Amino acid sequence: MRAFTTLTAKVAPLDRPNVDTDAIIPKQYLKSIKRTGFGQFLFDDWRYLDAGDLDIPVASRRPNPDFVLNQPAYRDAQILLSRENFGCGSSREHAVWALDDFGFRAVIASSFADIFYNNSFKTGFLPVALTADVIETLFRELAANPGYTLTIDLPAQRVITPGGLAHAFDIDAFRKDCLIRGLDEIGLTLQHADAIRAYEARRREQAPWLFTNPV
Amino acid sequence: MSATPRTLYDKIWDEHVVRDSGDGACLIYIDRHLVHEVTSPQAFDGLRLNGRKPWSIAANLAVADHNVPTTDRAGGITDPISRTQVDALDSNCAEFGITEFRMNDRRQGIVHVIGPEQGATLPGMTVVCGDSHTSTHGAFGALAFGIGTSEVEHVLATQTLVAKKSRTLRIVVRGQVGPGVTAKDIVLAIIGRIGTAGGTGYAIEFAGEAIAALSMEGRMTVCNMAIEGGARAGLIAVDQTTIDYCKGRPYAPKGETWDRAVAHWRTLHSDDGAVFDSEVVIDAQSIQPQVTWGTSPEMVLPVTASVPDPASVGDAVKRSGMEKALAYMGLQPNQPIESIAIDKVFIGSCTNSRIEDLRAAASVVRGKRKAANVKLALVVPGSGLVKAQAESEGLDRIFTDAGFEWREPGCSMCLAMNADRLEPGERCASTSNRNFEGRQGQGGRTHLVSPAMAAAAGIAGHFVDVRSFV
Ligand code: SF4
Repeated sequence: MRAFTTLTAKVAPLDRPNVDTDAIIPKQYLKSIKRTGFGQFLFDDWRYLDAGDLDIPVASRRPNPDFVLNQPAYRDAQILLSRENFGCGSSREHAVWALDDFGFRAVIASSFADIFYNNSFKTGFLPVALTADVIETLFRELAANPGYTLTIDLPAQRVITPGGLAHAFDIDAFRKDCLIRGLDEIGLTLQHADAIRAYEARRREQAPWLFTNPV
Repeated sequence: MSATPRTLYDKIWDEHVVRDSGDGACLIYIDRHLVHEVTSPQAFDGLRLNGRKPWSIAANLAVADHNVPTTDRAGGITDPISRTQVDALDSNCAEFGITEFRMNDRRQGIVHVIGPEQGATLPGMTVVCGDSHTSTHGAFGALAFGIGTSEVEHVLATQTLVAKKSRTLRIVVRGQVGPGVTAKDIVLAIIGRIGTAGGTGYAIEFAGEAIAALSMEGRMTVCNMAIEGGARAGLIAVDQTTIDYCKGRPYAPKGETWDRAVAHWRTLHSDDGAVFDSEVVIDAQSIQPQVTWGTSPEMVLPVTASVPDPASVGDAVKRSGMEKALAYMGLQPNQPIESIAIDKVFIGSCTNSRIEDLRAAASVVRGKRKAANVKLALVVPGSGLVKAQAESEGLDRIFTDAGFEWREPGCSMCLAMNADRLEPGERCASTSNRNFEGRQGQGGRTHLVSPAMAAAAGIAGHFVDVRSFV
C-alpha cells in the first residue's frame, strides 16, 4: 500500500451532503475486473451530459462545463472538500479507486459513511473528518481564494490552512501507523497465523456447527 | 462467564475475537464469507499476485447475481462486459475450489437471499460479503456487515478482519403495526426518523413487539436497510421464529449438533439490563405505509402526506439538498404523494424478493390489470428456489394475468447492471433499498415502497394507500 505522510495540495469543493457511492462511480463501471482506470468515470453522471459506459471512449463524450471538476482551476486538485455522510451507500471500493485514480489523495468532510471510511485506507487514501463549522469556514475561504491549498499533516493529525490555522482530526492508531508506513494489512495479519489456528481449534470444539458444510 | 449484562452485539463480538491488540483494533474471526461477481475479481487477483490461497475454502459460498439477465438464460449473457465479470467469478471459484451456484443452478439468486435460504447464514455467526446489504443476515442474530474488495481479499487470505468494536444503538418498535403496514414501512419510518447517517458508527439492534412479531422474511427486510440508516450491521435477537426457519436447511447442522447449536442460539439476545450507547423508541401504531419522495432513503413520508416544501426549511444546506432532490425527481412542493403517477414497477431486490414479499404483492394484484400508463411492471424473485415456490403456489400466473412480467432471479433493476433499467425521467415504484440519483438507470426516478404498495401503484398507475385499495 502507498504511504501517506503529509500533503500540501489544491482543494476542490463538492458542496453537497450525502455524496453516495453511486454518484462517485456509477454501477456500469463496476463491471471492470481491474483495479485501475476508474478516474475517468469519477462522478460520471455529474461530470458528463451524456450517458457513459465502459466501452464508450471518454473523448467522445460531452463534459458538463458547470461541474466543478471540469473547471480548469480544480483539475489538479488533490484534496476534495465535501459535507456530511460522504461515501454513503454501497461497499464498492471502486469509489476510493476512482477518487484516487483521478488524482485525489484525501477527502475532507464533516462525516463519512463507515464502509467508505474503512475502504479508503486500503488504497493509502485519507478521509479526514472535521466539524461542520470548520468545514463551513473552509468552503468560505476556498470560494474567496482561487488556487486555495491546504496541508494535511497525518503524523501530527492536523489540517493547516494557508493562514496558518491548524485543525486537529482523529484517526485510530492502527490505521495511522499502517498509512504512514504503507503496510500490507494481510501480511501483518498472517504474522498471527498461529493465533488464528488456535482460535479455530477451540471453536471446532465449542461450536462444531460452524464447520459443517454440506458435501 | 461474565456477570455484567451484555448486548447481543457484545456476545457475538466477544466470541469472535482472535486477538486484541489493545489499541482498539481487534482481529476477529469470520465464519461465513459470501462472494459475488462485482466486488471479488480484484481480490482473487490479489491472492494470485501474492501467491496466497484461501484460508478456509469451506467458509466461502459464491453466486453471480448483479450482472445476470432476468430473461431467458439459455443463450448465456449477451453483454460481453457483464459476461466477462461472471466468467471471472466462475473461473476464480473453480481455481480455488470455492462452492459457487452458477447462473443456471436452481439455487442461484441474490447473495443475501440464498445465504439464509441455504442455512449458510446461522445465528451467532460473523458473516461478511463485499456488499453493503450484508446487514440483511443480522436478522438471524448474526453479526453481518459489508466490506470492500481489499477486505474481501483479507478474509479470503486470513479468515479474519481487523475491526474496531462499534457502538450499539437499540431501536425499539413498541406495540404492533396496523393492517397493511409491513416490515418495509417499519424500516423506512425508522430511517426517516434517524436519518441516513443516524446509525453511522453503530451496530443497530432492532427490538420491541413489532419486530418480534415479524417473520424471518420481514426481519431480513428490516436488517437489510440498516445500512441505509448508516449502520454497517443490524441485529435481531434469536427466538423460536429464527430457529424454526433454520431447521432442515442444507447448511444447517443436523442431529445432536443441531441440539447443541440450538441450546447456544437461545442465549443470543441482549441480557436484561444490558447497556446500549443509544436508544430510539418508536410507536408501531404511528407507522403508516411509506413512500420516499427524494434521492436519499431518509426523504420518506407516509403515503397520505404531501411532498415537502423546501421553503419551509430553515437550514440552508438541508434546503438546498431538498431543492436538488425535488428537481431531480421532477416533483412540486406540496403535491400529494398519491397524485404522483409512475411509469414502471419493480418488485424484487435483496430487500423484498422473498416468498412472503411475492405473496403480499400477488394478493394486491389478483384479478386486476396493470394501469395503462405503466409501461413495465417487473417481478423478479430473489432466488431460483423462491421462484419455484411461487410458481407452485400459482403466483406467477396472478402476476402475468395482471400484465406484470415474471422473471429469472437476480439483482435486476435494483441497480440496473443488467438490461433491466429506467430510462431518463422515468418514475418507478420500487421495492429495493436505494433511491439515489441514477441508481436504477441514469436519470431514473425511484420511489421506495413495500411490495404491496408497489403492486397497488402498478394497478392504479400512481401511488395509493394500500390500506384503502380494493
Ligand atoms: S439486490 Fe440490489 S442492493 Fe441487493 S445485492 Fe443486489 S444490487 Fe445490491
